[in-house]
Amino acid sequence: MGKTLFDKVWDAHVVDSIENGPQVLYIDKHLIHEVTSPQAFNELEERNIPIFRPNQIVATADHNTPTQNQHLPVKDALSRNQLKQLANNCKKNNITLYGLGHKYNGIVHVMAPELGITQPGMTMVCGDSHTSTHGAFGAIAFGIGTSQVAQVFASQCLLLSKPKSLRVTVNGSLKPGVLPKDVILYIISKIGTNAGTGYFCEYAGNVFENMSMEGRMTVCNMSIEMGARGGMIAPDDTTFAYIKNREFAPKGNDFENKVAYWKTLPTDTDAVFDKEYEFDATDIEPMVTYGTNPGMGIKINAPIPNISDASFEKSLKYMDFKKGDYMLDKAINYVFIGSCTNSRIEDFRVAAKYIKGKQKAPNVTAWLVPGSKQVETQIENEGLKTIFENAGFELRQPGCSACLAMNDDKIPEGEYCVSTSNRNFEGRQGQGARTILASPLVAAATAVEGKIVDITKTFNLEKELI
Amino acid sequence: MEKFTTLQSTAIPLDIENIDTDQIIPARFLKATDKQGFGENAFRDWRFDKSGNINKEFALNNPKYSGSILVSGNNFGCGSSREHAAWALTGYGFKVVISSFFADIFKGNALNNGLLPLQVSKAFLKELFSLIKTHPETKLIVDLKAQTLTIKNTDLKTHFDIDPYKKTCMINGYDDIDYLLSKKEAIKAFEMAR
Repeated sequence: MGKTLFDKVWDAHVVDSIENGPQVLYIDKHLIHEVTSPQAFNELEERNIPIFRPNQIVATADHNTPTQNQHLPVKDALSRNQLKQLANNCKKNNITLYGLGHKYNGIVHVMAPELGITQPGMTMVCGDSHTSTHGAFGAIAFGIGTSQVAQVFASQCLLLSKPKSLRVTVNGSLKPGVLPKDVILYIISKIGTNAGTGYFCEYAGNVFENMSMEGRMTVCNMSIEMGARGGMIAPDDTTFAYIKNREFAPKGNDFENKVAYWKTLPTDTDAVFDKEYEFDATDIEPMVTYGTNPGMGIKINAPIPNISDASFEKSLKYMDFKKGDYMLDKAINYVFIGSCTNSRIEDFRVAAKYIKGKQKAPNVTAWLVPGSKQVETQIENEGLKTIFENAGFELRQPGCSACLAMNDDKIPEGEYCVSTSNRNFEGRQGQGARTILASPLVAAATAVEGKIVDITKTFNLEKELI
Repeated sequence: MEKFTTLQSTAIPLDIENIDTDQIIPARFLKATDKQGFGENAFRDWRFDKSGNINKEFALNNPKYSGSILVSGNNFGCGSSREHAAWALTGYGFKVVISSFFADIFKGNALNNGLLPLQVSKAFLKELFSLIKTHPETKLIVDLKAQTLTIKNTDLKTHFDIDPYKKTCMINGYDDIDYLLSKKEAIKAFEMAR
């Protein structure tokens, strides 16, 4: 029987197996940030265990960094302390850190791919559930807890039981205005937030084959929102072209040799998955969420479903929505384009195309937060900054920002925010904040109109966007 | 890690599905650099309103309920990988969480902190909720060695699954680092062979 992409990468990293138990899986790259690493560093120090492979660890500051005045000392004392501890721990242990202000600084899942750190066939972990993002390159990448961060520090390995395999296939042509974010929100709305629990997911079909690397990262990023530990997409010419010439990508003959290996990774045609789902691309429309988990999504012009269930009703009460309500024409005061899901250059390009020549609605506060310093530079170099500023949008400095509200970028209690982030959990963007997940295009349109609009009707997408 | 073998306790019913780790411990409390103090902020925004007043409706604040077992709805612990959620629950005093389904990362984090994620069938969970809500004094007996959950003075009893390796770790208070360090030579050999 053939092997899946996941099998091939996993099997190549098994160091040892415990009978009837987990396997020792070797980790190629370990990404760390300030929030989930301090206790792991402490634990190793307390137990007098050295960091086993410091040169396979890359650190960044992202979760609670400010998005304004990054040249000044961080105002929040606790955040400042956490960032300082990260810097100290990295220095003490010879770990590369792209701290605040560094030209490579950014959200961990944005900066690692754009530096060529992320490569096909790798195993990658980070104390952050959205590590699944890197699966877009055909890597096994997944989020871990702090105890596991300590394990990787100590041994460059993890004890894991091999997850089951799941494949989600989407074939057909996406309609104009339907972005990768809509594809993944649609999939999660169809299969639910725990359909992937216990599984690693592969996305297959021409929709993903035709997608840019940025789009694939958006899709894989949200694999955790359907419960899967990670998502993967087979590496192909799009992947290789993206990696080539990046800072830490293999060069010359090394690159060609790697590509030859990477080409062996895609799932064999006779491989069998434990679970499969198939969807038709033409059924996907721009999506919005109405509830408090990412599975509570609907097509932008559809009503909120009528479900009788205590948890569902609790969720609608929090959002102050009613069954049968339409999301269209809902007034929105906050728009956030950013997060490890949608803060790459492609996201700002699509937003700028919509925004160009228009004005932000006066009732809307619109934050645009690039995922990295490099994206920030691209925004400037491509002239997008001028478009945003002329339209009244606020372009901030890179970081996780209002995705999880660990810095000052919080949505006030009771306010609605159309957000390109990945989670609409209660209080995620600030205590009492109400999050509506959407694509960067829907978010841009919401900021301009001051309310949720059906972009497929208000905008000549084929003519204006493509 | 503390050893876990058996536990007898009353339980607190938290009959809500898809409880994400942002609810168990909100992001603003993740700025600590040690593992202490998370218990007092467990379920912070459900236990208290924004002014800090106690939400009397919330199960953890209901004086009827007490104990070191939390009974929760389906898909407990989804969302963020933050191990702070496990530290918050153990810090609050929980030793067992019962649900019909746990998110993967949370489950791993719980096991690494001596907190037992005990998965039961949806039907059993439903019965358990109805029993605890009507008889909060009901005692639950968790026997990790036998992998059983028994409801005292009733016919209710169920078997639960746990990875045999993790079971050994919990019973003996071992953690994965000890095991991985014992494999260092194999790991180095693996690196050399690549």
